[in-house]
Amino acid sequence: MSIITPLSSRGRTWFQALAEKAQPVDTGLGSVLVADATWGGERVRLLAIVPDQRNRFPRAQHGELGLEEGWALAHHVREAIAADSSDAKRPIIAIVDVQSQAYGRLEALLGIHLSLAAAADAYATARMAGHPVVALIVGTALSGGLLAHGDQAHRLLALDAPGVIVHAMRKASAARITRRTVEELDELGKTVIPMAYDIRQFAKLGLLHELIAGIDADAPSAAQVAQVEERVAAAIADIRKRPGDLTARLDNPEAKVHRAASIEVRKRLAEQWDAS
Amino acid sequence: MIQTTHSANPVTKERRDRFLSRRSVIEMRARERARALLDRGSFRELLGPFDRLESPWLPLQGIVPESDDGVIIARGQLAGQPAVIMAIEGAFQGGGMGEVSASKIAGALALARRDCASSKPILPVLLLETGGVRLQEANLGEAVVAEIHAEIIALRRHVPVIGVITGMVGCFGGMSITAGLCSYLVIFPQGRLELNGPEVIEQEAGIDELDASDKRLIWSLMGGEQRYETGFADALVEDDAELLKQTIRDLAARGIPARHRSEKVEEYRRSLANIDPAAPPDGPALRRMWPKGDMQ
Amino acid sequence: METLNFEYEAKGPLTRRAHVGVVGSGDLEVLIEPSNKPTAVVRVRTSVNGYGQVWKAVLDRFFARFERAAHVEINDFGATPGTVMLRLEQAAEEVWP
Repeated sequence: MSIITPLSSRGRTWFQALAEKAQPVDTGLGSVLVADATWGGERVRLLAIVPDQRNRFPRAQHGELGLEEGWALAHHVREAIAADSSDAKRPIIAIVDVQSQAYGRLEALLGIHLSLAAAADAYATARMAGHPVVALIVGTALSGGLLAHGDQAHRLLALDAPGVIVHAMRKASAARITRRTVEELDELGKTVIPMAYDIRQFAKLGLLHELIAGIDADAPSAAQVAQVEERVAAAIADIRKRPGDLTARLDNPEAKVHRAASIEVRKRLAEQWDAS
Repeated sequence: MIQTTHSANPVTKERRDRFLSRRSVIEMRARERARALLDRGSFRELLGPFDRLESPWLPLQGIVPESDDGVIIARGQLAGQPAVIMAIEGAFQGGGMGEVSASKIAGALALARRDCASSKPILPVLLLETGGVRLQEANLGEAVVAEIHAEIIALRRHVPVIGVITGMVGCFGGMSITAGLCSYLVIFPQGRLELNGPEVIEQEAGIDELDASDKRLIWSLMGGEQRYETGFADALVEDDAELLKQTIRDLAARGIPARHRSEKVEEYRRSLANIDPAAPPDGPALRRMWPKGDMQ
Repeated sequence: METLNFEYEAKGPLTRRAHVGVVGSGDLEVLIEPSNKPTAVVRVRTSVNGYGQVWKAVLDRFFARFERAAHVEINDFGATPGTVMLRLEQAAEEVWP
């Protein structure tokens, strides 16, 4: 009888590190890890998507966000909202290392679009209900995976490390579709910042609350884990002072330079909204 | 010359008149679609072509931009009530969402929410003709699509948000999540709704998983009729502007649903648990297993 | 993408503006606006490079008949000369007389 060792992933590494002394929550799925940790005396819910070779949906065995994963995230976030409805609103931390969404015939048929919508909905609902929601990007954050698991947070944090990538499509596929080489795409990312695969370029868009440097993303030391935990806790405190919504991402020096068009559109729309 | 006249049977005449006066929405450009849905004379476009809010990123890559970046925002009256139509032009870059086009939608939704919150109700209608995030603006397209999601989730507490998928581009990628968040979704038989485009599924999972050229298979999985019959859409409408407008009006009249589709977590978890991926259902089988109106 | 600029003499001003078309495959959009200058100034942005002479021929023919002072913008995605002329004429109809 062979024992299947779970595929390692940064999501699993960081979940296990941050949830070391936490109360695990049974999700019924090998691909969805949830736990309630205690940080500085308060309960914090951690969620991560990890590879599960035994996932009963074959197209979601390598860390993709699939049908059951989306609904499970929605379930466990809403569970926290309901449990805390007349209590302190525990922070909710999405540990983000998602390959992408799951691609498959069954996924299409059974409405994976709605599964991901449900996850995004739950995180947004938690945010609007007063739970501080933080996304910690430790690996890849691609496309639908990020939209469902992370993008609805108050604040996005990322590790400043190789392999931390935010993008709409895998580089090889993007190269194919735009008819460029991978090298040409890399070059393009230097001037067309939203196309860059480099997290430091991504940070210029003003979407990140913090880029955490000096961390070994694959094998962090105890001190590094503590540092990351401290930065997330600081983000939680910041959220409690000024929660805001996603438009807060437009209110920083980087956005004023590299998202000038976003700001201009909203400003001009407001000017034209009511007929003169 | 013999002239044949048909008897003026009322049913036949009415249907013939309706057929002759039928206006295809699919054949219209986005601006025309928005105009067709608003009461005559009430159409007013915001941030139109002459405002020249183009993509700052496309010219850097040698791609010709469009003056409105492929999204039309129009205010007016829909069957007598204030409405804002957000229409995506599918012919421009496949309706892909870039920084400006997505910001026009997110911004309009935010202003609609501001109005609704100050007792100035306005009905938001999204015409979703889009491949999802515009790849050439990747991270900004994605970030602003996330803003669209956030705005819909907030706005739908005040007023029903209506999504419409007509085809022929359909509604894919991150914007399929947008469709999933709407209070009510109208779809044409020609429409398609799915997170992943057929070509992308074939590319990522192989042609045995999905042959993107097999149109019958595609529509049996993600086509308008299939989505309606399995509860992912609220109305299936023939390609006619007046019918579409009436359907939108009727859905809006239902008010905010008690629970949105994307909130029915336990129902969908239970339903999925009963599906065996090793013996998967096909389109017709799913219609029997998940009949519309079943996820209550 | 190629950007081409042209300028033509004009006989008088415009009072209306027009927008036609879509930047879709084989199509183009045309924006015509009144101008303070005594000429028609045209900027063409086209996805197909190397057809400067063809653009000149089409625009020369159009502006020989359209003699108004205007700011004209064309965003083209591979339209044929026939389609270009069609769109120009559609726009012209809306602004003059």
